[in-house]
Amino acid sequence: MKIKVQRYCTHRKPNPVVEVEYEIPLKEPTLLEALSYIKTNIDQTLTYSSGCRSEVCGSCAVRVNDKERLSCGYKLQDGDVITPLSKLSVIKDLVVEADVSFMTLVRTRAFLEKDRVVKQSVEDEKLIERQSDCILCNSCFSSCPVLEVNKEFLGPFALTRVYRYVSDKRCEDEKQKIDLVQQNGIWDCTLCGECTAVCPQGIDPKMDIMNLRSKSTKYGYMDPSFAGGLDFGAPSF
Amino acid sequence: MEKSIKVDTLVIGSGGAGLITALWAKKSGSKVLVVSESYPTRSQTSMAQGGINAVLYDSLGDSIEKHIEDTLRASRGFADESMVKMMCESAPKAIEWLDSIGVVFSRDKEGNIAQRKLGGTKYNRACYSQDYTGLKILQTLFDNSLKEEIDFLHEHYLVELIIEDNIAMGAIFLDIRSGELKEVFAKSVVLATGGYGGIYHSHTTNSYSSTGDAIAICLKHRVKTSNLDFIQFHPTGLKKSSVLISESARGAGGKLLNQNGERFVDELLPRDEVSLAIWEQIESGNDVFLDIRHLGEEFIDENLPQERKLAKLYEGVDPVSELIPIKPVAHYSMGGVSVDENLMSSVKGLFAVGECSDARVHGANRLGGNSLLEIVAFGMIAGEKSAIFAKDSSFKEYSKVDEVRRYIEEIFEYEGSENFYQKRDELGEKLYYKAGIKRDKQNLLSLVEFVENLPKMGIIDKSRTYNNTLVEFLKFENSLLLAKEIANSAMGRLS
Repeated sequence: MKIKVQRYCTHRKPNPVVEVEYEIPLKEPTLLEALSYIKTNIDQTLTYSSGCRSEVCGSCAVRVNDKERLSCGYKLQDGDVITPLSKLSVIKDLVVEADVSFMTLVRTRAFLEKDRVVKQSVEDEKLIERQSDCILCNSCFSSCPVLEVNKEFLGPFALTRVYRYVSDKRCEDEKQKIDLVQQNGIWDCTLCGECTAVCPQGIDPKMDIMNLRSKSTKYGYMDPSFAGGLDFGAPSF
Repeated sequence: MEKSIKVDTLVIGSGGAGLITALWAKKSGSKVLVVSESYPTRSQTSMAQGGINAVLYDSLGDSIEKHIEDTLRASRGFADESMVKMMCESAPKAIEWLDSIGVVFSRDKEGNIAQRKLGGTKYNRACYSQDYTGLKILQTLFDNSLKEEIDFLHEHYLVELIIEDNIAMGAIFLDIRSGELKEVFAKSVVLATGGYGGIYHSHTTNSYSSTGDAIAICLKHRVKTSNLDFIQFHPTGLKKSSVLISESARGAGGKLLNQNGERFVDELLPRDEVSLAIWEQIESGNDVFLDIRHLGEEFIDENLPQERKLAKLYEGVDPVSELIPIKPVAHYSMGGVSVDENLMSSVKGLFAVGECSDARVHGANRLGGNSLLEIVAFGMIAGEKSAIFAKDSSFKEYSKVDEVRRYIEEIFEYEGSENFYQKRDELGEKLYYKAGIKRDKQNLLSLVEFVENLPKMGIIDKSRTYNNTLVEFLKFENSLLLAKEIANSAMGRLS
């Protein structure tokens, strides 16, 4: 089977990006097994990230035919085209710099402000069970079209994590967290659902964002585009 | 131009052990820097599925004494009772802390933290989060590190420890992205770099980056290490990929069968006994399977969703209706850098915590659910003690960066065509079959011979930007050092 890998090297002239085709003689490999085959048998310079091989460490997300996938969890198909994640700068080949996306967790203060133990029921836990399965693989971040036009947008996983914390029974300052997702946050999302479609953990950031919107209205926030429509100020010509 | 950095406490490694150490060192007033070869949430801690042991409620018949007894019994007499006691006694506090910082534990009907049974005990003692226990702990620790504004250097690989006159002074890292060397000087240094199961390439549940790099560097500096031959083989790795099927599958009633449908061992014995029984089946030509069909689809999807997903992906079988082909695989390294009750090594100011350390709590065989406990219970202590140590000492800037640079340049200058990746795979095979579950002198000697007779090797990739071939080559060199040490240590134990 043949696959193509988009390769990037800042020093390559004239164009740092090239697409290279490889023949993979393995039987039903995962993408990660195929990448490892290339690196150890064909070309040592091929560069990608990997870790646990069992879809929990979030290291190996790439795009396969323009759709985000974990390399270790994807069965390779003939003709697949492999490219690095989008919205993050490429360092080399399939490796991207992830620091930028993690800063969104700092900006949203996605954690409990005060440590405390509270009795929780099975239902309390179930409410945030799926959201806390996030492995920070950046698939949703890469898939988000809003980040294409607004680099300041907080992006799907940070908003899911905010929803996870404000819905946590131990959280005491819901309002403060809700305040932080108003700008470049929940209202900027177009609810296209790309993030939900690509999440390897079955998390639904779109739903979490909608839930954050309804929580926000409790604190008097409203959709700014809607607010604009009801502008009774000076007439605009 | 290389840069040097100064911090009170340098934590190397950003898995569970590293993050907990950093949080507690900071709490104790230290200026902390965490440096790791990857990103915090990508570490091996994410892979711990089964749970974290703690005796929380007396009503279940369990007690801290029984937890200590079970741990000592599983250790085959090689654990230290006072260290085990310290770990088991602090377990309830460790869970309470994790609960308070936001870890999403599974709950029972009474609203308590739910607990389940793992191997080597009669009691439901392991607190868990479905089969994502390590993952959820690790992610929560990362969130808390951001909250506490812990400083990180991501993607910096440890190449050398700065140790002079038996005092730790810092470390030198390769900035993987730029290819530059960075020197970090610190008043205390904590190793939290994980184990070396990854050197059993293709026969391990570990990431292939788990090559015990810091331990290998310690060996070069003659920092005291111990029990390096104590490698735990997990009974149920998937046959083709060695990917882990959690012990919780057996805890819930999963059975081990051979191809004739015969059970041959009590599945809930400690891991070493179960692995040996499986190995003997395989040696006699049998195939071995894990059977969880009788647990039912609903139970499997609720409690063992990862197991189902992985069996389908790697073996092409659905455990709801089919048997899962398994083999025992290298899973955890009990040996490591020897530490005292303060988690300090034989070198002043050099601490070690988690799988890279030998804190004598697992002995020759670790109990399932005790590894997460160790990183939390001892991470807290390592954090406090390393901070206290830093308060009472000063910087000693002894630069070794030129020496390290020469060493790296030599690797780049290699002009041969030997493919070290092939040798890395061979090393994995040799380790599995010659220093695996059963060991004898002849096999161990042939492993040593293999290591000693390897040709000179280097890298073909000469790029300076994100050259992970260089990193993997350095890891391979460390693996060779450890393989030899495992063989020697195992030989010393043969009667």
